[in-house]
Amino acid sequence: MSTTSESAMNDAAPPATQSFGGMQARSEAVINTTSRISVRNLDFFYGANKALKAINLELPDRQVTGMIGPSGCGKSTLLRVLNRMYSLYPGQRAEGEVMMDGRNMIAAEVDLNELRSKVGMVFQKPTPFPMTIYENIAFGIRLHEKLSKSEMDDRIEWALTRAAIWGEVKDRLQSSAMGLSGGQQQRLCIARTIAVRPEVILFDEPTSALDPISTLKIEELIDELKRDFTICIVTHNMQQAARCADQVAFFYLGELVEVAPASQLFTAPREKRTQEYITGRFG
Amino acid sequence: MPMEQQGEHIVRSYDEQLRKVRDMLARMGGLAERQVNDATVALTRRDASLAAEVISRDAALDQLEREIETFCIRLLALRQPMASDLRFIVAAMKVAHDLERIGDYARNAAKRSIIVTQQPTLGSLNGFLRMARLVQENLKAAIDALVNDDAVAAERVWGNDEPVDDVYNGIFREMLTFMMEDPRNITAATHLLFIAKNLERIGDHATNIAETVHYAVRGDSLPDDRPKADSSAYAVVRPPE
Amino acid sequence: MSTTFQASSGPTKDAAVAAALGRSRKRSDLILRVLSYGATAIGLVLLASILVTLFAKGFGAMNLSVFTEVTRPPGSNGGLLNAMVGSLIQVGLATIIGTPIGMLVGTYLAEYARGSAFGNVVRFVSDILLSAPSILVGLFVYQLLVLPFGGFSGWAGVAALAIIIIPVVVRTTEDMLALIPNTLREAVIGLGAPKWKMIVTVCWRAAISGIITGVLLGVARIAGETAPLLFTSLGNNAWSTDLTAPMPSLPITIYSYAGSPFQDWIELAWAGALIITLAVLILNILARSVLRK
Repeated sequence: MSTTSESAMNDAAPPATQSFGGMQARSEAVINTTSRISVRNLDFFYGANKALKAINLELPDRQVTGMIGPSGCGKSTLLRVLNRMYSLYPGQRAEGEVMMDGRNMIAAEVDLNELRSKVGMVFQKPTPFPMTIYENIAFGIRLHEKLSKSEMDDRIEWALTRAAIWGEVKDRLQSSAMGLSGGQQQRLCIARTIAVRPEVILFDEPTSALDPISTLKIEELIDELKRDFTICIVTHNMQQAARCADQVAFFYLGELVEVAPASQLFTAPREKRTQEYITGRFG
Repeated sequence: MPMEQQGEHIVRSYDEQLRKVRDMLARMGGLAERQVNDATVALTRRDASLAAEVISRDAALDQLEREIETFCIRLLALRQPMASDLRFIVAAMKVAHDLERIGDYARNAAKRSIIVTQQPTLGSLNGFLRMARLVQENLKAAIDALVNDDAVAAERVWGNDEPVDDVYNGIFREMLTFMMEDPRNITAATHLLFIAKNLERIGDHATNIAETVHYAVRGDSLPDDRPKADSSAYAVVRPPE
Repeated sequence: MSTTFQASSGPTKDAAVAAALGRSRKRSDLILRVLSYGATAIGLVLLASILVTLFAKGFGAMNLSVFTEVTRPPGSNGGLLNAMVGSLIQVGLATIIGTPIGMLVGTYLAEYARGSAFGNVVRFVSDILLSAPSILVGLFVYQLLVLPFGGFSGWAGVAALAIIIIPVVVRTTEDMLALIPNTLREAVIGLGAPKWKMIVTVCWRAAISGIITGVLLGVARIAGETAPLLFTSLGNNAWSTDLTAPMPSLPITIYSYAGSPFQDWIELAWAGALIITLAVLILNILARSVLRK
């Protein structure tokens, strides 16, 4: 049980072929992989205010999709649709399709707790729970599974190892998570998310509160995690999107303006608005 | 048609810096054009002092290339340019390098033309004039395309190298003939052959520049196989019986 | 042309105007400073004189029999034991009853009723209760529990004190829960946890030290309440732990002893006042240290 993880959630296409310098090869890789989540014709409303307009986007399986755009462009909103976080707030609603495993995840009858166990989320500010490091990880697991003590220990070690923080915390699992540094807290939150073994992990500006070294550690982690998880990351830092993402989607005023392989979007975007945004010409 | 006009950057000093790169490139392009022109004039007019001038002026081109390169590296590090800006800055470095190479060829041609002036005249050198004119036209057009962000003009230059190659093939045969006629021609003919080769290389670099400009403006590369007509690599002559 | 150039070439200052403005600024500053310091000084002097008097008279009256003897008629060397035990019982029960109710109401306001009209009404009522004169609470309980059940009782006192502590706990619970960042809630929900689990396991845990502080401050407040007890538990000069009968308490005893003509009763009242003050002081210190942790 300790290995777990891969659990063959999907029989996806072979891993994307990475090639250096050949943007062609990379873009084909994106197109060829099967889609884990398909967003089709999605509208989103905050009350009467339409925040997303007819979004169509495929999240390729075990690839990193970056979402960029100015504040209020809808990228975070889309992220919060993917795990139905918006359902917490009355007055917010989505229309359209978010297809995952053949089901429309924004339908009313979807079991939200089950959905959220499949689509995990990591937030902008580290959100450790006020409990021990061990309990932080165990919390999410206990919501969905009954594990024996030794299975639980194994799972926690696995999650912390995958989140590249095991070495730093293995001797103080029983001390409070609040005592960790910001970067460690964020990796703990990632460990907590993957401990539930989701299929998709959503990152909402995961490094905007961290120093550059912690940021790079998280980015390295994302690169590592995409072997097993489909990842979607919202970031204000274009260099970060360029470094982490396989495909990048640019949002503006609630519209998805352009989606393309990162290497193409940042060197030769097709749309003028993308071009102006990423070169710093918006005014 | 130049690409749709882009707005200004939010950070105005960035625009100024990019403009500075453009200015430096234009200056360097102008200097390279002049070097090619003067080298040809020195050859056809048998003007050794003009040739010497060309040789000494090459240092200025080298200097400019270093300046552009340093400045571009600084921009890359400090501005983290993206998309069209990134392509432009990388293109600027490549073009500066091409221009520097062009300068080297011009200097080499000037050096050889000094020797040629000390040798007996060979033919009319009309071919050289024609070739130099074609090359200069292409070079000028390429640099204009760069300065104006004109991908269409760049594409035109890129497809326009064939005539240069044709003239070069002609000169090649002509020089071989001179050498066969009289071994005393060999020195001059060999140098002239190299000068022709230099001009031909300059033409190649002009098309390189055009390719780079096209990528910088459009973001996609021109096809790998450029129209070429240089057949001298396969040329064979038979000595008279 | 030259004038516009002048205007845009940077701020120019008229030295005389600047100096005059500076003087008037300093004057206003001085006036406000004197007023603030003065008011603070008056407050401090009053407080200090109260404390000095209290400590001087209270320590003078303090002796072992205060803690070992029950209240007795004047001149018979009584103590305050029954009053202290009565206070502890009533305050303790009121806290035990009031805290969970207050916490649940505060939780309702912070987690379920945010922005809802009914929540706003509840919050408004709770705030009124927080600042209502405590004698009203006493009268209310008198009508509710004393008259119908035929007499003053410890239970009535407990009820009155509980009613006073509830809004305190409601307020602090809501405030402390409101301090928790929403992303922490979303993080719990994002793992697939139901809302009740989020509240119980994470929100309360994150807010607990603040809530405890609020409870301690509430305890400190009701420990010194006299008015509501006048109409409810009344006071009792004998030893009594019977909650259905009138029950003694420190504030009531102080109230009746301090107004009496007997010197030893008056001294006992001073001792009782000092004991309450010290207890409240300790609770406040405790509350602060809990909050800091």
